[in-house]
Amino acid sequence: MTETRATREEQVLERIDRARQRKARVREEHITMAHGAGGKATQTLIEAVFLDAFRNPLLEPLEDGAVFGAGGARLAFTTDSYVVSPLFFPGGDIGDLAVNGTVNDLAVCGARPLYLSAGFVLEEGFPVEDLRRISASMARAAAAAEVSIVTGDTKVVQRGKADGCYVTTAGVGLVEGDVRLGVAHARPGDAVLVSGPIGEHGVTIMLARGELDIEADVTSDTAPLNGLVAALRAAVGGGVRCLRDATRGGVATILNEIARASGVAVVVEEDAVPVRPAVRGACELLGIDPLYVACEGRMVTVVAGDAAAPALAALRSHPLGEGAAIVGRVQDDPPGLVLLKTAFGGTRIVDVLVGDPLPRIC
Amino acid sequence: MRFVDEYRDADKARALSARIASLCEPGRAYTFMEVCGGHTHTIYKHGLEDYLPETITLVHGPGCPVCVIPMGRVDDAIHIAERPGVIMTSFGDMMRVPGGQGSFFDSTARGADIRMVYSPLDALKIARREPDRQVVFMAIGFETTTPSTAMTVLRAAAEGVRNFSVFCNHVTIIPAIKAILDSPDLRLDGFIGPGHVSTIIGCRPYEFIAHDYGKPLVVAGFEPLDILQSVYMLLLQLAEGRSEVENQYARVVPWAGNVRALRAVTEVMELRPYFEWRGLGFISHSALRMREKYAAYDAERLFDIPGNRVADPKACQCGEVLKGVLKPWECKVFGTACTPETPIGTCMVSSEGACAAYYNFGRFSRQRVREATR
Repeated sequence: MTETRATREEQVLERIDRARQRKARVREEHITMAHGAGGKATQTLIEAVFLDAFRNPLLEPLEDGAVFGAGGARLAFTTDSYVVSPLFFPGGDIGDLAVNGTVNDLAVCGARPLYLSAGFVLEEGFPVEDLRRISASMARAAAAAEVSIVTGDTKVVQRGKADGCYVTTAGVGLVEGDVRLGVAHARPGDAVLVSGPIGEHGVTIMLARGELDIEADVTSDTAPLNGLVAALRAAVGGGVRCLRDATRGGVATILNEIARASGVAVVVEEDAVPVRPAVRGACELLGIDPLYVACEGRMVTVVAGDAAAPALAALRSHPLGEGAAIVGRVQDDPPGLVLLKTAFGGTRIVDVLVGDPLPRIC
Repeated sequence: MRFVDEYRDADKARALSARIASLCEPGRAYTFMEVCGGHTHTIYKHGLEDYLPETITLVHGPGCPVCVIPMGRVDDAIHIAERPGVIMTSFGDMMRVPGGQGSFFDSTARGADIRMVYSPLDALKIARREPDRQVVFMAIGFETTTPSTAMTVLRAAAEGVRNFSVFCNHVTIIPAIKAILDSPDLRLDGFIGPGHVSTIIGCRPYEFIAHDYGKPLVVAGFEPLDILQSVYMLLLQLAEGRSEVENQYARVVPWAGNVRALRAVTEVMELRPYFEWRGLGFISHSALRMREKYAAYDAERLFDIPGNRVADPKACQCGEVLKGVLKPWECKVFGTACTPETPIGTCMVSSEGACAAYYNFGRFSRQRVREATR
């Protein structure tokens, strides 16, 4: 009987897999919040609308940025928009978030970030003093990441047509040496690392909204990762297969992208994943899994198995990687899936996030 | 983390697992139902089945508040939400539940003002802040959440807030369990009883299950060790030929329940003659409505709701899943037409729904996961 059940389960899995391979299709008539949450709906929207319209070989891998040759050099190019609410939160604000986010997208492409643009959409009535604070914070973040903001744009819309201030940054960086990084490069035997405690930015924002009446000493982890990436590459160089900053959708979403793109399994040890007690406590209360909560200064790294120890040492020797840990390994079977060995001693899969993490109600 | 890690200790789990295995009679299969969706979530999230012998099957019960809301009620709520001047408020789990006319998320995309709240008191707060709008709270849930709705109505009345009302969909667990016991499709050996519901109603209401139906029931907590211990307690009862109601969750659940909370509920609400449950059909005396005395806070009286019955989609087998007759993956549309991002049935929506838990955490045959993670 057990065997029949196992076989039937296998059939169901194949059925699901086939359903997932189908061409992405947006069924909704309107954009819903789920389309912006970084999970499956976002992915579907990107593939079915944007990729369909813009399709080209540079865009197609859907990495954090595009890498291309220009006049003998290899450049990385990326862009990101910021609509965070509240604009100011413990540990940062929309300004340093906008700079660090784009710097990080370039850094994880293996590029040295050079120049950024900054576009502002401002709502009528927005305090100039707040804009000064945001700009000062962007200037500090740019200096810390050793990049310059060299071009920009300003638009103002009527009151009620935007929520205070939105920022869009784009950035270019220089790819030096023979760097081949990507979510499709993981191989069986590789090790998976995270660069520090996860989930801090997401929890900070949730609590900063003041809707939850939960108080916890948590600050955003927003930080530029280019220095950390440089330290890692100096230590293990070609041993690095893939780098991703774990933003929307958290570490779990990145690991799923890696498993799917590389056709491998990622096995994660829940016990090994660094999560600060305040973040864990808040997540327990809210019924969400820290693996899905956004970070803004943490990256997921896949390195060759024999590079795991030096990679960990290199990350830990950098101030932004002190809390780094080896959290899992890559193996060949079952391809495309992320498995978790729970702290309790059980096993389960970790899927891509669907929409925003919803709180349990009882 | 204190008060959490103690209940997730892998060494204790291994010890319990060995005792569970030693209690199983060779050649006998056991089927236990965990009534509450919170338990289903815990079982999958922690991979608890890895500690159970193959001869023990856990089936998932109807205790998922979102899962039992029929499509017609979702349409009614959307009808209210799309009236001018209304702010609809709801728990997050409710947002993606499909009705005949789409979900709350679809309704907000069409322009309705539907806001997620974490407590009915948050809805009342919005009503105080926006006195020109009618703030409606979509009240769902079993006895666990009913008292907070009742207390909020009492507070609104005491403060004289007149722009707050409740669209009451509260249900009660006992008639649903009785419906399952009377269903011919299912043979159960015992129940893992709902922990949070029991903090309110206590353990006495389950006694008929042990006495009249001869099925043991253990009220259980929500951490993985709680559930493992409850399985052990059920097996021990069976081994000793007992059929009783036992309380594994005594650190939280008082035997007599919470009298004050029950009093508040009785003050504000009364039993409906019958109510439709998603997948289970009409069950008499299984849900609550607002009393006449609180008519001013009753959205069902304030708004002219269509009240149409919407049949479940033909392909959807949520009813069988809710009764524990089908495992989620046995449903024809599981994981293909029905996924968490495009749910057909409610069991795929809430994190407490059996299908969502299975899709997100389980899905992969246990044997293969065990081999793969060795």
